[in-house]
Amino acid sequence: MTAPRPLRRLSPLAVGVALVLLLGALLAGLLVGAVGLSPGAVLAEVADRLPFVSVDSGLSEQEAAIVWDLRLPRVVLAALVGATLAAAGASYQGVFRNPLADPYLLGVAAGAGLGATIGIVTLGSASAVVPAAAFAGALAAVALTYALGGATGGGRAGTTLVLAGVAVAAFFTAAQTFVQQRHADTVREVYSWILGRLSTVGWSEVALLAPYAGVSLMVLLLHRRLLDVMAVGEEEAETLGVSASRVRLVVVAAATLGTAAAVAVSGLVGFVGIVVPHAVRLMVGSSYRVIVPLSVLGGAAFLVLADLGARTLAAPSEVPLGVITAFVGAPFFAVVLRSARRGWGP
Amino acid sequence: MNRARIAPRVALVLVACLVAAGCGSPGGGATTEPAGAGFPIEVAGTVIPAAPQRIVSASASHTEILYALGVGEWIVATDQFSDFPPEAGATTKLDAFNLGVESVAAFTPDLVVLSYDPGDLCAGLAALGIPTLLFAPPLTLEDVYGQMRALGAATGLEAEAGALVAGIEGEVARLVAAVPPRETPLTYYYELDPTLYSLTSATFVGGLFGLLGMHNIADAADPAGTGFPQLSAEFVLAADPDFIFLADTRCCGQSASTLAERPGWASLAAVAEGRVVPLDDDVASRWGPRLVDLLAAVAGAIAAPGGG
Repeated sequence: MTAPRPLRRLSPLAVGVALVLLLGALLAGLLVGAVGLSPGAVLAEVADRLPFVSVDSGLSEQEAAIVWDLRLPRVVLAALVGATLAAAGASYQGVFRNPLADPYLLGVAAGAGLGATIGIVTLGSASAVVPAAAFAGALAAVALTYALGGATGGGRAGTTLVLAGVAVAAFFTAAQTFVQQRHADTVREVYSWILGRLSTVGWSEVALLAPYAGVSLMVLLLHRRLLDVMAVGEEEAETLGVSASRVRLVVVAAATLGTAAAVAVSGLVGFVGIVVPHAVRLMVGSSYRVIVPLSVLGGAAFLVLADLGARTLAAPSEVPLGVITAFVGAPFFAVVLRSARRGWGP
Repeated sequence: MNRARIAPRVALVLVACLVAAGCGSPGGGATTEPAGAGFPIEVAGTVIPAAPQRIVSASASHTEILYALGVGEWIVATDQFSDFPPEAGATTKLDAFNLGVESVAAFTPDLVVLSYDPGDLCAGLAALGIPTLLFAPPLTLEDVYGQMRALGAATGLEAEAGALVAGIEGEVARLVAAVPPRETPLTYYYELDPTLYSLTSATFVGGLFGLLGMHNIADAADPAGTGFPQLSAEFVLAADPDFIFLADTRCCGQSASTLAERPGWASLAAVAEGRVVPLDDDVASRWGPRLVDLLAAVAGAIAAPGGG
């Protein structure tokens, strides 16, 4: 297969395909679940909740609650988390010029894990404070990474930052393991929290994530042209009048805000942030003007479908979401990798 | 307080350990030697040379059984979960998850009782010649009675163990007989933690509900037969069980009011009509004499006015 012509601009076709994919995923996520409900009734139930629309769906009170309180918020949250993580991953890959960069590169995961563990140990897993503790832990870890690694300037500043992230993540993980070890009876709660909580989410989680995801996605989308400039090298970017350190700071801050909020409400969802941007890159080209927006749509669609698998493959019990993202995502990515065979780089 | 919830999943590991280490594993249909107070006695392959005077019990259920047999003062150390009866809480504590051979041997015990082997504990204690009994989590009441009799045999208290079992059998029979007959069985959802881990009728606790004639909604959700499926919220809502029993009140602070706040759960009949029954996590996850308390709590809830 010959590689497609790299896109420098968003083609309406690519956006259209991604949108159709996302809408299809959202629809499938809404219509299919552990409990079999007729598609017409599900759509009628959702339509009934719209302003100025009144339709009798014929669903019982419990079935209506399944559609409106369980499925719809879960599908919406999966889309938001997928979009946020994929955009953050794409931006990190650009700003650090590193194909292995993922949203957890600078210590977000370890920080959120430590925050959540301390929250669960001191307040219990039922506390509404736990997501806030995870969010704070994630932000603290990245801030520490920046304080440690951001001081150096010049062409290797990005690399220094990544290495500082490795150190901070190791330190926070050690602290989390220690705290957990001292409170062994909370191991189950800590792990089930960290491994993902989409199984029990509702509208309140959507409301928590939406503002952060919105700001994060907006900033990252606005910076996608600058990511292309960064791709030629930090010193070259400086000669083009772009402040590499400023772009890096803004992108990292925005990606961290979105990722921390996503992790706080959904736990650690792996694979989306690294595979979706690469799949987009391999299929449509290497310009971040194209990769970032298509990663937003693709990440949302991918996670909605993965969560659909998590809910239905072993229904009526659940499969961990991370298992699905890796189990489906890895072979899919391998196929894309083999058929495209485009080298990594700008 | 999650220990008993974790324990059933490692049952296979325990069996493997037994084979390797030669620790005694008394269980249902205990393979005790013929009765007789005389020592040495062999209990499930473990030879106990003399009547124990210094017992280490790293299992909350068996700590409760030992106290019920009247030999609590023989216990020199327990694990962090052994908090009943209250005087057991005052004993020296070991960490059941990180139990080392040395830390156990330091108490110079003449009997060690475990329900979980964190590593090579069995093999290590056997190598030091310390008699060790490893009790796997039970699946039936008979398993529990077998463990009580085995512990009695190992401590020279066979008559006391027999009386304890007979007393529990009598209480269970009385509670079961008092359940009013029903046309259709009451359905229930049993919650182990807020991520909707549940248990099926194939487990020990599920079996107690079965004795009371109740139908477990999780049975349909466990084709793999793990006994501890994680349910989806959709499934629980669609099943709309008559009763909800919460075994995550102490660990995770769940209650009827926290259930009502979960997305969609207010629509459940059990939540709307007050048939959410909080249980004591510890009583509900151990298999000592207090299993009668658990059964009585459940029987009382379903017999109460408005109970189904």
